[in-house]
Amino acid sequence: MTEKGAVPRRVLALGATSAIAEAVLRLLAERGASFFLVGRNPDKLAAVRADLLTRGAAAARSYAANLDDTAAHPTLLAEAAAALGEIDLALIAHGILGNQQEAEADYGAAEAILRTNFLSAVSLAGCLANYFEAQRGGAGQPGAPRRGSLRRGPNSVGDGTPVMAVISSVAGDRGRKSNYIYAASKGGLNVFLEGLRQRLEPAGVRVLTIKPGPIATPMTAHVPPGPFFATPQQAARHILRAIEKRRNEAYVPPYWGAMMLVARNIPGWIFRKIRV
Amino acid sequence: MGKRTPGPRFESWGRYPRLQADVVPLHWTIDFPLPQRPAGKQLPVGLGRSYGDVCLLENGTLLDTTGMDRLLGFDPATGVLRCETGTSLKQILDFAVPRGLFLPVTPGTKYVTVGGAIANDIHGRNHHAAGTFGRHVLRFELTRSDGARFVCSPIENSDWFAATIGGMGLTGLMTWADIRLRPIVSRRIDYRGEKFQGLDEFFARSRAAKSEYTAAWIDCVATGRNFARGILMQGDHTQIPEPLHRSREPKLVFPADLPELALNRYSAAIFNTLHYHRQWGKTKSGRVDYEPFFYPLDAVRHWNRMYGRKGLLQFQNVLPLESGREGMLDILKAITKSGLASFQAAIQFFGAVPSVGMMSFPRPGVMLAVDFPVRGEVSFDLMERLTRITLEHGGRMYSAKDARMTPQQFQAFYPQWQEFARYVDPGFDSAYWQRVTGRRRLDD
Repeated sequence: MTEKGAVPRRVLALGATSAIAEAVLRLLAERGASFFLVGRNPDKLAAVRADLLTRGAAAARSYAANLDDTAAHPTLLAEAAAALGEIDLALIAHGILGNQQEAEADYGAAEAILRTNFLSAVSLAGCLANYFEAQRGGAGQPGAPRRGSLRRGPNSVGDGTPVMAVISSVAGDRGRKSNYIYAASKGGLNVFLEGLRQRLEPAGVRVLTIKPGPIATPMTAHVPPGPFFATPQQAARHILRAIEKRRNEAYVPPYWGAMMLVARNIPGWIFRKIRV
Repeated sequence: MGKRTPGPRFESWGRYPRLQADVVPLHWTIDFPLPQRPAGKQLPVGLGRSYGDVCLLENGTLLDTTGMDRLLGFDPATGVLRCETGTSLKQILDFAVPRGLFLPVTPGTKYVTVGGAIANDIHGRNHHAAGTFGRHVLRFELTRSDGARFVCSPIENSDWFAATIGGMGLTGLMTWADIRLRPIVSRRIDYRGEKFQGLDEFFARSRAAKSEYTAAWIDCVATGRNFARGILMQGDHTQIPEPLHRSREPKLVFPADLPELALNRYSAAIFNTLHYHRQWGKTKSGRVDYEPFFYPLDAVRHWNRMYGRKGLLQFQNVLPLESGREGMLDILKAITKSGLASFQAAIQFFGAVPSVGMMSFPRPGVMLAVDFPVRGEVSFDLMERLTRITLEHGGRMYSAKDARMTPQQFQAFYPQWQEFARYVDPGFDSAYWQRVTGRRRLDD
């Protein structure tokens, strides 16, 4: 377990070559963390690993895997747990934007988006939940906040509880015609994580849903950049703060929290008429 | 990854000329060659801090390397850092300074990439001691548009090494490079400013200077009694150990283009007078942080907007010491007479340390760099005059700053250009290279 208030030291990164994940990992590497890095492309993983080690990572192992293959998740996780000893932070960061038009025309394309963004994350988070529960000995552990307590328990702010941080999206807060299949994959993920958070609360494990607005990354390289595009580096600073503070949910950058509060509360009869 | 960005057009720092090209971001060294080979020519670009058209290519594909910014290895025993070439000097400083290391050579901005620093074989205020940036590059990997990849160093593929250093990005894409950093014990610089009146005093004080970093600000607006006044700035890394921390991020942004009229001979004269008299005595000593010493303008992002929408030209040349005094006198007279100069002007000695690059700009002598706003014909006429004076005095001009040289002038400055041309990647080109080889005409 990490010491009180410290940043995580043993980090499992799923989708480690995603631009946002890489930016978060760099910040953790500068603080001397150890990593188990999972990604699809071995060349890219090797570059990320070398970078993190150079920046100060205590250790880093890379593991090439296609995370769409859910059957391989238990093995992958066992390897990671064995390599790291314990897991302080599991960052689930892989995802695809997909193409809305293609996904409308062809169910196969829609399923591919749901499989990568939703199903594989459900499988990974589920495996991780079982691992964490076993690791933490389940409910009743000292230091776990009392069920139903509204008071901030010792676990809720910056102590040594492990964190499962999942990169979702602001898109999951509301369905829009321009990207509702991607949005559905993230919206489903949000609901799943909300439930998982309740389940893991007694085990003293924090589940953090990260909801970035548009970030300038390879995933969005073909989207014309608008005024609200943030850089992966900016996003990473906010994400790390949310992890350190053991938050449940983080809009990234935080102003998206206010914007989505408004967007979520637009009545459906008006929302239907908005062309966004 | 090979996807096109329909974003704002890529501009050089001078914002002249303005040419339209596709920009394809590279995030990984394996992203090049592009999966779909573009129909036109390609050119790697970094942070766009070169002034003219050396980082531009009309109707081609610019390969934006800034996403390749990984640090691939570091040996604390030797201070050698291996990094991807889109890494900026700022990122290297963020890494190196807390570890007691510094760049071996630094230009006046830290917002340049390693690839750009090598491709333009940049120099700093320590040229007389350290030579150009290329001298501190141990090796790099060069990838050609046909997919060939090979390591270049002074002993492996040494001809490619020499052609690529100062090769303006034309010989292929450098994917990573090994750079030797130098030790420091403090962030601070022992600074000494000496005022001078006129070129003779500048030459005398520069010859007597003993510091590692030596360069002068010169007033290119004042005439008469104040002609060629300036401040010679010397600096050395402080030898008293102090805690080393990372620099803070700059907060100021130049918000919008200034109207063209804002920068004129009167506002520049006022600024220069204030700048000259900010230092009260003849000499001034102190200890300053390296940020304001090396990168005073980095504190304000987009400062080039000060020159208005039409942009700026920079004139930068070097003259041999024998003809330097006479030549610089002619040049300064032409500049002050035009009244076009801004307050940004630098003059310094280049030392005898030879450059590694076949096309490197620095050579022993005296170097001058002056910014001008683009004001149409008057500015272009002045550039032409200054280029001609440079040629007459056996000097040369700097590709990374130039936007106006003719093919004849370029070929006189760099007679080895045909030899260099053999190393140019057949899939690569630049607006600069098209111009100086007579394939693109200047628009007026």
